[in-house]
Amino acid sequence: MLVSYKWLKKYIQIEDLTAEEIAEQLTRSGVEVDIVTPMNKGVKNIVAGKVVACEKHPEADKLNVCQVDIGEEELAQIVCGAANVGKDQYVVVAKVGARLPGGMKIKRAKLRGQVSEGMICSLQELGFEGKLVPKEYAEGIYQFPTAVTPGEDVIPLLNLDDHVLELDLTPNRSDCLSMLGVAYEIGAILGREVTLPEVKEVESTIEAAGTVAVSVEAKDDCPYYGAMIIKDVTISPSPLWLQTTLMAAGIRPINNVVDVTNYVLLEYGQPLHAFDLERFGSKEVLVRRAFEGEKIMTLDGAERTLSAEHLVITNGKEPVALAGVMGGANSEVQQDTTTILLEAAYFSGITVRKASRDLGLRSDASARFEKGVDPNRVKEAGLRAAAMISELAGGTVVSDVTEYDALDRGEKEVTISLAKINDLLGTAIDTVTVKTIFNKLQFAAKEDNDIFHISVPTRRQDIAIEADVIEEVARLYGYDNIPATLSYTATTPGGLTELQAKKRKVRRFLESVGIHEAVNYSLTTAEKESLFEKRSAERIKLALPMSEERSTLRTTLLPHLLDALSYNKNRGILNVALYEIGGVFHTNEAALTTQPSEKTYLSGAFMGLWYEHAWQGEKKPVDFFVVKGIVEGLLEELAIDADVRFDQAEVTGLHPGRTACLKVNGKSVGVIGQLHPNTAKAWSLPETYVFELDFHQLADQDEKVVRYAPIPRFPAMDRDIALVVDENVKAEEVEQVIHELGGDLLKHVALFDLYQGEHLESGKKSLAFSLRYQDPEKTLTDEEVTVVHEKVLVGLEERIGATLRS
Amino acid sequence: MLDRLQELKEEALKKVEAAESVKELKDIRIAYLGKKGPVTEVLKGMGKLTAEERPKVGQMANEVRAAVAVSIEEKEQKLEEAALAEKLRAESIDVTLPGRPTVKGARHPLTSVIETIEDIFIGMGFTVAEGPEVETDYYNFESLNLPKHHPSRDMQDTFFITSDLLLRTQTSPVQTRTMEKHEGKGPVKIICPGKVYRRDEDDATHSHQFMQIEGLLVDEGIRMSDLKGIFEQFVKRYFGEDREIRLRPSYFPFTEPSAELDVSCAICGGSGCRTCKQTGWIEVLGSGMVHPNVLRMGGFDPEKYTGFAFGMGVERFAMLKYGIDDIRHFYTNDTRFLSQFHRV
Ligand SMILES: [Zn+2]
Repeated sequence: MLVSYKWLKKYIQIEDLTAEEIAEQLTRSGVEVDIVTPMNKGVKNIVAGKVVACEKHPEADKLNVCQVDIGEEELAQIVCGAANVGKDQYVVVAKVGARLPGGMKIKRAKLRGQVSEGMICSLQELGFEGKLVPKEYAEGIYQFPTAVTPGEDVIPLLNLDDHVLELDLTPNRSDCLSMLGVAYEIGAILGREVTLPEVKEVESTIEAAGTVAVSVEAKDDCPYYGAMIIKDVTISPSPLWLQTTLMAAGIRPINNVVDVTNYVLLEYGQPLHAFDLERFGSKEVLVRRAFEGEKIMTLDGAERTLSAEHLVITNGKEPVALAGVMGGANSEVQQDTTTILLEAAYFSGITVRKASRDLGLRSDASARFEKGVDPNRVKEAGLRAAAMISELAGGTVVSDVTEYDALDRGEKEVTISLAKINDLLGTAIDTVTVKTIFNKLQFAAKEDNDIFHISVPTRRQDIAIEADVIEEVARLYGYDNIPATLSYTATTPGGLTELQAKKRKVRRFLESVGIHEAVNYSLTTAEKESLFEKRSAERIKLALPMSEERSTLRTTLLPHLLDALSYNKNRGILNVALYEIGGVFHTNEAALTTQPSEKTYLSGAFMGLWYEHAWQGEKKPVDFFVVKGIVEGLLEELAIDADVRFDQAEVTGLHPGRTACLKVNGKSVGVIGQLHPNTAKAWSLPETYVFELDFHQLADQDEKVVRYAPIPRFPAMDRDIALVVDENVKAEEVEQVIHELGGDLLKHVALFDLYQGEHLESGKKSLAFSLRYQDPEKTLTDEEVTVVHEKVLVGLEERIGATLRS
Repeated sequence: MLDRLQELKEEALKKVEAAESVKELKDIRIAYLGKKGPVTEVLKGMGKLTAEERPKVGQMANEVRAAVAVSIEEKEQKLEEAALAEKLRAESIDVTLPGRPTVKGARHPLTSVIETIEDIFIGMGFTVAEGPEVETDYYNFESLNLPKHHPSRDMQDTFFITSDLLLRTQTSPVQTRTMEKHEGKGPVKIICPGKVYRRDEDDATHSHQFMQIEGLLVDEGIRMSDLKGIFEQFVKRYFGEDREIRLRPSYFPFTEPSAELDVSCAICGGSGCRTCKQTGWIEVLGSGMVHPNVLRMGGFDPEKYTGFAFGMGVERFAMLKYGIDDIRHFYTNDTRFLSQFHRV
């Protein structure tokens, strides 16, 4: 809502306050003013002029040489390029020395040999937005609609001395979608009276024969419809004051009739519509729901296909307006219109909103009906407009209001105690103060023993319950005057759940390992998903995505992590390690009917060097075992007390020979692996490793309890063995056999070498282990260790054909 | 004989003086102090001496031996010190070369803001609650006093999946879900961080996905002044002791009365600058007293219980705190951006 400061002064006395001061007051009490803009964008020395003579430039077809009376002794010769300039017009003249917006200064000039002493201006040149300039002047210079005095300062004439407040209204304050509403609001803040516009009683000379009939079929959608007829109007441009008032409010002047309806719309917040009665097609107004598929061409020239949920105004047969949204082109007021059918109606917000949304058509009217107009001002607005039309367009109002009326105009009653107000706010406001506030708001309030009975004016549709009234009291009392207290509430132990605490633990661990945390979008493409997950039926898609790129909910964190690697790689950052902990969405339904399962995944992606020490020449590219080490560290950090295994696995998108499935107590909880070269190629990535774990499953495991173990008092004995085994024997199997045979004395086994190649039979590999023997009760002798160690060696050979490497 | 000894002494001392290595000193020791050395030689001739002379010579000989031995020892020590000094000199390094870096991954700035805020409220007795991101129309709208066709639904353009399921536009549904779990009994003291989604084109200030932190306190006798009190604590701990707060009336469908919280501008200290659009204040969150309808739908009796709720944008907090100028940075994962936050 754009509010002209000058216009506002018609309704409330605010001479003592600047537009900025008004804006600050409004903002502080809850009607936010985004910005206050001066209408004058830097214009100076601009006067009204009368074109006394206008001739074609002898040297240039498109230029005119005009003699303009600018109120000085001599006429000013001005060369003008506008096609619409002509003799006897009243125009805007920027004199020599004048300034235009942007700091442009007008100088005496010679155009193709002709002296030009100034410039005849368009409204755009004065800083008006092109879309607000009346159409007939949009391509050329502006002409005053009536005579003005040459030499007169144009700044007040064109309202350039005004300031406009741009309100950023919250949806509840639709009352401030009108000048009167804003005036009431300022009145409440300042404690001042509002002056209502004078509505002249229509001299009703009822002509029964000429009166239209009104009937309403859709009674819930339209509880009130009023029609008035104004005869013998002359359509012409509006007077200057009306044009400039509308432009300041952001509305383009069209003609005197349409401009009046817009003016009253802004003044009362009540949308009106003027039909051309001859074009209307009948003398019968029928308000009904549209037929399914019924069509109407709206004023903007677009053909709209309607449904049975939309409300239309018809002439008994066909629609002539989309109720509360926009009029139809078939009944539009035009230059030759002589009889006006003026509509002032109340349409239900839900119906208007439905049509406006379905058709993607928003208008000043729909914005107001959607939120509910004041039922007590519908008819008044109509009468006001009818009187103004007859005044400005010269017509006669020929009938009283023909109406259908089932409108509830009752005021809401709210009862509230002083105690309740103070209890909710934490204040100690007294009765008198509260009474004064209700007075300022112009809410009728009866007080009885600190109980207030309030009648809420119908212009304030947002106020219905106690809490609403308390807010009114609070904002006028001033939020600044509410004290700051600490609640009496019971002391509660705050904290994180176990799962939340573990999430933080995992983050700290991964940070300590040197991996940056990434955060990605949940919406992705089905295509990216398919590189990791072949099923597609259960993918969750948005009904109306804004783009394909953000159309599907992710089931894995990997694609976006790979996007991030790729983004960095394209910027020359080649060594990147990222992790993300975030939600993924899975369902078993082909068409979603219930909420999907939301899991938290923990995933990582790595490319390039894992570490590098530049001047010492150390370089270690990331590989499977770097990532496995990180995952093992994570499991250790979470102290998972369960059987954990890494099994060779084949997973879509990953390298078939370099992928492991992580199993906890036999249940798969995630994967580690190298990206399949084809997948890597899809992202233009080099050798890349990833992991993806189901965080909830990891966090759900029992935790190992920390218990002190006595520190061994007797020395340990280490024996190293290098074994030759078939290359397909897994290190884990060998280790298991060693553990099993080593018995109680064997405390620890560690693999320390893997060898394959020269000096070994093909198909064989060598694994070297270090075995640590220890007895907590005594120092072991060489002989005692040898007995066990031999048993291990024999067992290794028997069970897996492992021989000692010579 | 005494002369001879004196001579030997001087001769030996000179050689010690001239010696340049431990090896040379060893030779000198053997040569002069050994069993076959000249001093022994001299002493062998002692038999020819008178009884009076013998002790003198003997004493002299011992003095000579002692003097030579001490001198050798001293010299030896000097040479060792020199050798060590030489060795250390050879081992010297350029201490200005860079050290071996320790690794440190960066915490995402959004995580950092969330954890900081969580910790402040945990300190005030709040717990952290979470909820689903794919929500039902009921929890995201209706239970928050936003019935179907409510004009305020326009404030939040929604990604629908079906007519009933949607990506939550706010973390507020966690309010209702948590209240339901409390089965009408207070106090409820939660904060709920999480991702939310709105149909916005991504640009420097808009993102179709962003993070919010919702807060809710419901109990008997909670007043709007308590909301102001808790904000004062929070703002001073998060933004700094010298920051002031103010509440401004506003509107949210799920609170009544509603308020925006402004914090005095850190850059200009309140006098007005570009960051605060010359107002001296920066808007940081929306809040209000929980609407009776919302309490009722959460299973609480609004005649008995009152409460306040607030919601803040995490990106906005991070942008204010670190001076970040484009919201898209948070979701690009450029490591040149992320690595700047390894200290947070
Ligand atoms: Zn500032």
